[in-house]
Amino acid sequence: MTNATIFEGDGPEKVYHELLKQGKFRIQRCGACGGHIFFPRVICTLCGSADLAWIAPSGRGTVYSTTVLRRKPESGGNLNLVLVDLEEGPRMMSRVEGISAEEVKIGMAVEASIIEDKGAPLVVFHPAGEAK
Amino acid sequence: MMNNNLRGSVAIVGVGQAGIGEAHGRTDMEIMVEAAQKAVSDAGLSMRDIDGIATASVGASMWALPTVEYLGIRPKFIDSTMLGGCSFVSHMLPAMMALNAGLCDNVLVCYGANARTSPTMTFAQQESRRAQFDPHPYETPYQSNIVTSYALAAARHMHQYGTTRRDLAEVAVAARKWAQLNPEAFMRDPLTIEEVLAARLIADPLSLRDCCMVSDGAGAYVLTRADRAKHLKQKPVYVLGNASAVWHRQISSMPDLTVTAAQESGERAFAMAGMQPSDIDVVELYDAFTINTILFLEDLGFCKKGEGGAFVANGGIAPGGRLPVNTNGGGLSCVHPGMYGMFITIEAVRQLRGEGGARQVAGAETAVVHGNGGLLSAQATAILGTEAAL
Ligand SMILES: [Zn+2]
Repeated sequence: MTNATIFEGDGPEKVYHELLKQGKFRIQRCGACGGHIFFPRVICTLCGSADLAWIAPSGRGTVYSTTVLRRKPESGGNLNLVLVDLEEGPRMMSRVEGISAEEVKIGMAVEASIIEDKGAPLVVFHPAGEAK
Repeated sequence: MMNNNLRGSVAIVGVGQAGIGEAHGRTDMEIMVEAAQKAVSDAGLSMRDIDGIATASVGASMWALPTVEYLGIRPKFIDSTMLGGCSFVSHMLPAMMALNAGLCDNVLVCYGANARTSPTMTFAQQESRRAQFDPHPYETPYQSNIVTSYALAAARHMHQYGTTRRDLAEVAVAARKWAQLNPEAFMRDPLTIEEVLAARLIADPLSLRDCCMVSDGAGAYVLTRADRAKHLKQKPVYVLGNASAVWHRQISSMPDLTVTAAQESGERAFAMAGMQPSDIDVVELYDAFTINTILFLEDLGFCKKGEGGAFVANGGIAPGGRLPVNTNGGGLSCVHPGMYGMFITIEAVRQLRGEGGARQVAGAETAVVHGNGGLLSAQATAILGTEAAL
C-alpha cells in the first residue's frame, strides 16, 4: 500500500494553529523513536517516521540565545527575540515578555504562555516563576 | 576515488566584474552581461564558445532564461540552483561534472544586481514576498529578519566562548584595511575598533558596522577542462576541491548556532583537494556579518572551535596579520549586491594570478573560497590553486 496516506485530515501546520486558537500549545512526539520535534511536520526529523502525535509540552524552557531588535519608537520600539530550548528537547523562536528586552539572558529559565498578537494566538515566554 | 578524478580537472580561466558600487542608469542584466563579456574575453574566448551556464537571482525565479536570451547563447548545460549567497561557489561542482562528462566545454557562471541604486523591491516588499514565497511560519510572527538571525548566532558564540564585541569589530576593521588597498572597493574611509563599537546597534550584539553594506555589482567567471585551460590566455586557476552543505533554513532549526555546515562542506572540499588549512595561502570568506568570518575560520579548521575571536584579535586577519582573509575588503567594505559568493571567487582567482596590486599576497598558490547562504543555512567551500598546487 505505498500510496496509502501517511497522515489523516488537515496538515500539521493547520492543526498546530487551530490548537493554538483553542488555547493549546502542542508539539509532536514520535511514536517510533520517542523523540519530540518542533516545528510541526509530517515526518519525524530524528528518524523519518510519520507516526507523530500531539502532546502538551511542560511549557518550561531555557533561553538558548537572545537579541534585541533595535527600532525607533515610531517603528514599534525595541523588541526581544529569543531561541528557547523546550524541556522536551526541541528549540523554537519566541520572545520573552514581562521584563525589558535587554534583561533577557542566555540560560534564563522561562515559561510559555499564549497571547494574542496582531489578532492571532502566539506562544511567548516569561521568566519562570513570575506571574503572567 | 571519484573525488580524485575531479581534483584539478577543471580551471577558472576568465573573470570579470562590472558596476561595482553604484551602477546608475543601468539594469542588473546589463551589468551582469558586461561582467560576463569581460570574463569571456579575459579567457581569450568569445561568447559563442560558451556552451554551459550557471546563474541565479534573488528576485527572478527563472533567471537562467532571460540570461540565455540576453546573451544569445544555446547552452547544453544549464544550472540555476539557488542556495542564496553561496550559489556561485556551489555552482562549481555540477559544472565540473558536466565538463568532465564532455557535455560542454566552457561554462559561464554569472551574477549581477543593482541592490543599491535600483532595488527591485523595498524592504517591506521583500518581507511580504518572503512571507508568500519563502515562508518562515514559525519565525515571522516574532518579526525576525536577517540581522536578528545572525545576531542570535553572535550572542550565542559570545556566551559560549567569551568572544567579545571587540573581536567582532576586529573583523570589520581588518576588512576595511584590505579595502583601502583595493581601488575597486566601495568603502575605503578609515575605520577604527572604537567606531565599530560606537555605531548604532541594529540587533544586539551587531552594530551597523558589523553588517555588510548593500551595493550594486556584477561578476562572472569561466570554467573549462584543465587540458583546454592550458591553451587559453590566462594562467589557469584550478578547482582542487568543492562541496556544499545545507542543514536548515530558519535560524531556529540550526542545531548549534556556533557550528555551521561549513564544517561539513569544508571537510569534503579539503578531502577532495587532499589538503588541509595549513596548506592555504589566502582565504576569501562570505562576511555578511562580522560573526561569519569568525565562525567560518573555526568551521573550516583555521583555528579551533571557540578560538576565532582570539584568531582575529590584534589585526590577525588584517594586512600584515597571521592569515590574509578577505583581501578585497569583503562584503563588509568592498561589494555586496545581495549575493556575494561570486566576488570571493573572483578575488581568489586574482590573488592566485598575482593580480592583487597593493593587496597582493606574495607567492599565493592556494586559496579557500567559502560562501554562505540564507541564515547561516547553506555553505559552499572551494579550494583553488595554481599549477604549482596540482
Ligand atoms: Zn522519530
